Amino acid sequence: MTYLQKSPWIVHYNASSCNGCDIEILAALTPVFDVERFGIVNTGNPKHADILLCTGSVNEQNKVPLKNVYDMIPEPKVVVAIGICATTGGIFRECYNVQGGIDKIIPVDVWVPGCAARPESIIDGIVTALGILEQKRLRMLEKGSPDNPKAGETK
Amino acid sequence: MIPEPFAPVFYALVYILVAPIFGGLIAGIDRKVTARMQGRVGPPILQPFYDVGKLFEKENPVVTVTQNFYVLSYVVFMVVAGALFFSGGDMLLVIFAFTLSHIFIVLGAYASYSPYSHVGAERELLQIIAYEPMIILTAVGMYMVTKSFFVSTIVASQVPIILYLPGVFVGYLIVLTIKLRKSPFDLSTSHHAHQEIVKGVTTDFAGPNLGKIEIAHWYEYVFLLGVIWLFFAWNPLIAVVAILVAYFLEILIDNTMARVKWQLMLRSAWIIAGTLGLVNLGVLYYLGMVVVP
Repeated sequence: MTYLQKSPWIVHYNASSCNGCDIEILAALTPVFDVERFGIVNTGNPKHADILLCTGSVNEQNKVPLKNVYDMIPEPKVVVAIGICATTGGIFRECYNVQGGIDKIIPVDVWVPGCAARPESIIDGIVTALGILEQKRLRMLEKGSPDNPKAGETK
Repeated sequence: MIPEPFAPVFYALVYILVAPIFGGLIAGIDRKVTARMQGRVGPPILQPFYDVGKLFEKENPVVTVTQNFYVLSYVVFMVVAGALFFSGGDMLLVIFAFTLSHIFIVLGAYASYSPYSHVGAERELLQIIAYEPMIILTAVGMYMVTKSFFVSTIVASQVPIILYLPGVFVGYLIVLTIKLRKSPFDLSTSHHAHQEIVKGVTTDFAGPNLGKIEIAHWYEYVFLLGVIWLFFAWNPLIAVVAILVAYFLEILIDNTMARVKWQLMLRSAWIIAGTLGLVNLGVLYYLGMVVVP
C-alpha cells in the first residue's frame, strides 16, 4: 500500500533556463493536461515536495541554490531533468560558465530531452519518476537514505 | 439509548473518530468542485487521504525540536475544541481551546528560522485578530437568544436562531472564509498551488508534521460547519442544506476573488463584526427578546 505514487508534489527550479521548458511545465497544470487529476500539485516549497523538476543548463551562479533546493526535499525524492539543457547542457554546454547538465551537481533519476520538452513528455517523465520514487521508498525502509547510504549506518 | 451521563462522552468520541473522515471528504469534494469551476477534471475525492498518507510515508526533517510539540498541541487543542463543542460543552470554552490551538501553530511557525515562516506566522496572528471578535459575537448572540452558552442547551432550545441572528450569521460566513483559508483571505497559507511567501505558516513543516496539520484542518472543518448547524438546529434538514449552500458559496468566493492585503482583511472583518454583528445584537437587546425564559 503506497500513497506516495498517488500524491506526488513537485517543486520546480529554473537553473538558467530560457523559460521555454518552464512554460511547458506550467502548461501541464492547465485545464488541457490538468496534472492535478493524478494528485500532482506544484508546491513552490521544497520541504513539501517529492519530485524536483529542474530546467536549464546549470551555471556557476545557481549551482549552489540548486543543491540547496535538492537538500531541502525530504526523502524519498526524485529529480527530473527537463529539456535538453538540463540533460546535457544543450547548445550552451561549451560556454565557460555552464556546468552542462543537472547531473553534474545533483543525482538525476529521469532525463526528459527536448527543446522545449513537450507537456506530454514532461508528464511521461513524471510518471516514470513515480516508479523510481516507489523503489527509493522501499530502499529507504531498508537502509535509511537512498542517495546517501551512510545515513542509514550513522543512525 | 445511551444513559444520560455518558452522552457527552459518547458524542465527543464519535466526533474524534468520525470528524477526520468527514473533514477529509469535505476537502476532497472542495478540490473537485474547485477543479470543475476552473474547467479541469480535478483529483479523486479521496485525494486528501492519499496526500496525508504520503506525508506520513516521508522523512520527518525537523528544524527545531520544539516544532514537534507545537504541532502536536495544535492538533490536540483542535480536537479538544471540537470534542467540547459536539459533546454540548460551553461555547466560550470551545472558542478558547480553538484560539489556543491556533496560537500553537503560530508559535510553531515562529520556532523555525525561515523568514517565510515568520511572515506566515505574523499573517496568521492578523487573521486571528480579524476573525476572533465575530466568533465571540456569534457565541454572545446565541446566549442572548437562548440564555445559555452551552451547546447542548442551544440545540435543545428548538429556537430558530437564524431568525434572530441573521446579521451574526452573515458575519460568521464571512469570517468562515478566513478560517477555511479561502481567497480573498488566504493570507497565512493556502491549500492551492499559490506560491506567495512560499507556503506561509507551514513552510518549515514537512512530512508527518505537515500531515498532522492537515488532519487538524479536517477537524476544524467539521467544527466550523457544526457552528452553522447551531443556527438551524431546530430543523436538521434545513441545517444540512444551509451547510451545503454555505460551503458551496465559500468555494465560489474562493474561485472568483483575488487575495487582498492584510489591512483590507482586518478592516473588512472588523467592520462586518461591528455592523452586522453588533447591530444585530443591539436590536435584540433593545427589543428585549428573551426567547427561552
